[in-house]
Amino acid sequence: MAKLRGTGMAAVNYPTGMNLGGDPSQALVHATTSGSFNVVLAATDLGQGLKTVVAQIAAETLGVGYDQIVVQTADTDTGPHDMGTFASRGTHRVGNAVKAAAAEARDSVLQLASEELEAAVTDLELDGAGNVRVVGSPDKTLAIADLASRAQFQYGRTIAGRGVWMKPKSTVDPDTGAMDPDSTQAYACTVADVEVDTETGMVSVLRIRSAYEVGRQMNPALVHGQIVGGAWMAVSHALYETTEPYYPLRDHRPHDFAEYLMPGPADAPEIESVVLEVPSSNGPYGAKGVGEMTANSPIPAIVNAIHDAIGVRIDTLPVTPEAILRALDAKAAAAAAEGTA
Amino acid sequence: MGSSVVAFELGEREVEVLVAPLTTLQAVLRTQLGQTSVKDGCRQGGCGSCTVLVDGEPVLSCLLPVEDIAGRRVTTLESLTPVDGLHPVQRAFLERNGFQCGYCTPGMEMLAAAFLKRHPEPSRDEIVDILSGNVCRCTGYEPIVDAIAAAAEAGR
Amino acid sequence: MTAGLHVVGQSVERSDGVGFVTGRAAYTADLTFPGMLHLRMVRSPLHHARVRGVDLSGAERVKGFVRALTHEDVPHNVYTILGLIGVEPEEEFVLAVDRVRYMGEPVVAILAETEAAAIEAAAAVRLDLEELPAVFDMEQALAPGAPVVTHWGSNTFIYEGDTKRKVRLGDVEAGFRDADHVIEHVYRTSPIEHAPIEATGCIAVPEPNGRFTVYTNTQAIYFSLDNTSIILQLQPNRLRFIGGMVGGGFGGKVDVIVEPLATLGAMKTGRPVRYVYTRTEEMQVSSTRSAEIITIRDGIMADGSIVARKVTALVDCGAYSRQTPYAITKLAANAAGPYRIPNVWIDAYCVYTNRTPTSAMRGFGVTWVTFAHEVQMDRIAELVGLDPWTVRFRNAHRNGDLKPHRKIVADATLIETMQAAAELVGTELPADLRAMTSAPRTAAEGGR
Repeated sequence: MAKLRGTGMAAVNYPTGMNLGGDPSQALVHATTSGSFNVVLAATDLGQGLKTVVAQIAAETLGVGYDQIVVQTADTDTGPHDMGTFASRGTHRVGNAVKAAAAEARDSVLQLASEELEAAVTDLELDGAGNVRVVGSPDKTLAIADLASRAQFQYGRTIAGRGVWMKPKSTVDPDTGAMDPDSTQAYACTVADVEVDTETGMVSVLRIRSAYEVGRQMNPALVHGQIVGGAWMAVSHALYETTEPYYPLRDHRPHDFAEYLMPGPADAPEIESVVLEVPSSNGPYGAKGVGEMTANSPIPAIVNAIHDAIGVRIDTLPVTPEAILRALDAKAAAAAAEGTA
Repeated sequence: MGSSVVAFELGEREVEVLVAPLTTLQAVLRTQLGQTSVKDGCRQGGCGSCTVLVDGEPVLSCLLPVEDIAGRRVTTLESLTPVDGLHPVQRAFLERNGFQCGYCTPGMEMLAAAFLKRHPEPSRDEIVDILSGNVCRCTGYEPIVDAIAAAAEAGR
Repeated sequence: MTAGLHVVGQSVERSDGVGFVTGRAAYTADLTFPGMLHLRMVRSPLHHARVRGVDLSGAERVKGFVRALTHEDVPHNVYTILGLIGVEPEEEFVLAVDRVRYMGEPVVAILAETEAAAIEAAAAVRLDLEELPAVFDMEQALAPGAPVVTHWGSNTFIYEGDTKRKVRLGDVEAGFRDADHVIEHVYRTSPIEHAPIEATGCIAVPEPNGRFTVYTNTQAIYFSLDNTSIILQLQPNRLRFIGGMVGGGFGGKVDVIVEPLATLGAMKTGRPVRYVYTRTEEMQVSSTRSAEIITIRDGIMADGSIVARKVTALVDCGAYSRQTPYAITKLAANAAGPYRIPNVWIDAYCVYTNRTPTSAMRGFGVTWVTFAHEVQMDRIAELVGLDPWTVRFRNAHRNGDLKPHRKIVADATLIETMQAAAELVGTELPADLRAMTSAPRTAAEGGR
């Protein structure tokens, strides 16, 4: 009886967007008369930070500070159509729609600025702090806040934009399966370190170390949140969770959190990660989706690490202590049989 | 048995509620006293999202008949939140992204606030230990532990 | 125009963070409206049964009972989730008519003045059920003579006239013949619950102008509105859906289960109706991730390259297929992994059993097949005497390669991502692997 350690790896990719496309998102952006901007969406933030990310995308595109953006979501009377938050589509599709809407609003700002500054639009730049200026002439500058006010009250013009982004819906060839399922793919490679107690069958995941390639991080702290939360959920999927412990028998189904087992805070592994950015061809500022992928690669990495630790491959999830002990028994029986053969 | 009146302290004020027998503290706080920071995750004592303090001690309000806290002091996150600004625990959770969907957050913060009052210099293991009755599905717990450790650090 | 990025790429504080850390953020079940009624569902206690009758007399006697909703009250009593994205047939009923197909299937909705009255009245409803044989095992469900789950007579979803979603590239049998080794392994997984800390729920409120506002924690607000409008045969613009505060989704709040009935209740009573799952309902009745049985047969050369891969996936959609047919197409697109394999055959089946219907969950269609193909890769490594890194690098796809579903690889970074992971953990890769990139293969490298 011993505690044996092992290391295992896995490499995966994950698609961005509703499979086969046909999942559009729209966004509206308009300036208030004080030069802040409202982004109006029907998209839903699940807690992963979509509202924050789209505010960043809008601020970036408009050349204003993050604090100048207000995002209003999830009211069908005001927010234009959005397909929903799933399939790692939020940052990509909603982000693209917001970027397009913000770009249209930005273009109205630049048009007005070009008239007031008597410069070509192409000679103007945004300083990222809410000002428009003529390239090379820092004194020829206007505040977007002032432009927005004058647009409404002096010129009677809108500073607003509409955006939509859609990957057109496509079909699957029924015979070959030929299809165009996704907009882009993100990648992950995970190395898991585990310790298996051969007496109890318990598996501790000691460390999960991963590299993720996500196109572009809109907000590194929020990406990190998905990495850590996803890794925990993967440990849970690999070792703990099931609604049918003896699937396909429906006995012993859980009614509550006491019966639906998940790792607690003391069972959480050390998590280390590095994030690569190789901008995608079609995401906003090169983003790819990341929210689902982070819960995938640790699962087989853990199962492979268990094999490294105790020499058994377990092909059924979750890998419970019972599964470990039965596998060890089978391995010992096989070795004994060989010994007598 | 008919309904009865139960009087207790909620934060700094005295309250009275009329309740049917075995009404839980959770139900009273949420539906009669507007304390919706007290979450309703399971009503089975399994998730900890209903955690409040009774005389400074964390309890699962979904399992507590309100008659049992007559005359005692109940603290919810609403009681803890200043009118302006944030409680140090809240500031730490905000700065460390100790939340994603936010549903477990009030329970986590109530636990943390009570704990840090009694153990202002906890080890990381001690922090992990107090969280064992509160479930988070989003964060993987690490940011919550980080936030509580940061709140302890800020309090020094 | 703007030099560099000034906000994108920054770890700015969450714009909604203060609401969460103060507990001021209002979730669906935190809302309350004057005159609000509570909905509790009467559900099938059996796995599979004929519904001969429903006796509401006990419920009607409960103090606080307002009314019941049965299938007769539902204008278009069919869930149309996939119909909205063009996948047929419609097969699931909002409220059961003459058959129940899983334990927990909704039969009668009870509306009452208080939660306690709703619970008591729901418990007093008597369902007259004739039990039918049930099937829980996918392989049994596919065998002749199995109890038939669907109302249209099959235990597999039909894809364009076939019982499976197919991918066919090259000639796998020729690949197996040419291979130095052929291995086959079966991977099995279990159903899994999303278990968000906040249960699924909504409140439907009649508005003075004849519209209905539905406060909901759905992940997909227009999806929910459109489904509700079809089920209730209401013009969509008579509905207003408000959401955006979700206490955990993970794919479990996309199925549009509570909004249609709550709204119907509001229509029938003129009062707000609250329908929020209990934790037990969330655990037992809300959709799960499917269990799957994934068989991978590989033809492998001595150098570890995979020349042929055949994947057979059985996906247990439960009693109703909901979004699983869509996921199976996604599974077929991803089952062979991020590898360049010249011959690929994938058969993916959506199999009905008498269990809780399954639906979207984080990694829908992909999570389980990535488990399978990555454990298989390690088996391949062991078989040919290579370490796990090398076998993956050797097979890794690159830009310009052909995927099994015939899309050309683009935006690929598998190689670079593995290199970064190796560096992170201090694994020294040999020079040839360190030099690899995802750039399109040259002709000499076998490029297209």
